[in-house]
Amino acid sequence: MELTDTEIIKRVLHGEQALYGQLVQRYQQYVFTLVLRFTDNREDAEEISQDIFVKAYRSLADFRGESKFSTWLYTIVRTSSITFLRKKKLDTTSIDNERTQVSLENRESSFNANTVEQKSRHAMVNAAIRLLSPDDGQLITLFYKGEQSLEEIGRIMGYDPNTVKVKLHRARHRLKDKMEKYFSYEVKDLFTPDGSH
Amino acid sequence: MINHLSTDSKNWSDLYNGPKMKRMNTEQPMEDRLWEYIDGSSSPTERSTIEELLATRREWQEKYKELLNVHQLLDASELEAPSMRFTRNVMEEIARYHVAPATRSYINKNVIRGIGGFFLTLILGFLSYILSQFHWGASSGNGSSDLIPRSPSLGLDKLKTIDISPAINTTYISLFMLIFVIMGFILLDMYLQRKKQGRTT
Repeated sequence: MELTDTEIIKRVLHGEQALYGQLVQRYQQYVFTLVLRFTDNREDAEEISQDIFVKAYRSLADFRGESKFSTWLYTIVRTSSITFLRKKKLDTTSIDNERTQVSLENRESSFNANTVEQKSRHAMVNAAIRLLSPDDGQLITLFYKGEQSLEEIGRIMGYDPNTVKVKLHRARHRLKDKMEKYFSYEVKDLFTPDGSH
Repeated sequence: MINHLSTDSKNWSDLYNGPKMKRMNTEQPMEDRLWEYIDGSSSPTERSTIEELLATRREWQEKYKELLNVHQLLDASELEAPSMRFTRNVMEEIARYHVAPATRSYINKNVIRGIGGFFLTLILGFLSYILSQFHWGASSGNGSSDLIPRSPSLGLDKLKTIDISPAINTTYISLFMLIFVIMGFILLDMYLQRKKQGRTT
């Protein structure tokens, strides 16, 4: 029978260090995907993700069980990601807005939908999400893949639930715009139901 | 040129997207309401209102279908996977560490309360001693307050009469010094033991 997060944590704190691997296996994709919203470089994202799990391990005794382990873990993801951005000397105000105008223009001008292997709509969606700001990308990932409620996302990102709701609406609107702009062929049947434009 | 401009850019080009911006502004309330409906967070009243609008208004139906498609795409999107070695790398890294004790376990509030209580007692004791040096009593008849001490030196000259020489004694001092040294060694030993455990695990 699969152990719950709380059971694993309890046993790890009692010395069964090897069990922590189960938590890593369980959440590595979530953490890695969230970190990728802050950096395009997969090597950097993997290094940051590993650091996050190590940090989580070292402060495991401070996890009180008042929230889900995933919520606690994703809070560490957010703070580590922001620290990484600051170290990279990127403008942190761009976390809320799309990346700085210059870097965004560079990204968009070098982005060519035809060069991305469009094997599936999943790839298209992930590519479109990568064009959003880190905040929008993380918000969408936390809501759709992280199994977090608006209140939990608010706790992770430091917003109240109503602000999260509004930001989520805006993020989805922006994502739709990106998909229409860069993947117009792939999404034309999604956004123009009767085929007209 | 307008086709290449992002609808989100906060620059002068937005001014030229007049009709587009107007359309976006009137669409926002409809979109927000539809998103809440799709997310299942609308109130029952709002839900039935939207269902009525969806049944009767074409623009609501089209927008709903668009947003639902986006929602389903996002719901079906896949997570990105790290390398195969990821878990092993993490476990190799954590093998060098041990879990730090919870902060509440080594910050003992009773100890902090005790230290605070000690200093508070000391201050109160000192204040009591100072106040006890005031000569409370009847005034000299000139209408002055009872609280004004007769002695301008606040009775501190009484301190000169206190004999503390029995306390300043090499035996007592030696004893206290010995206790402090032993406690210091015990604390040093505990600290070094913890460090040693940290290195070996």
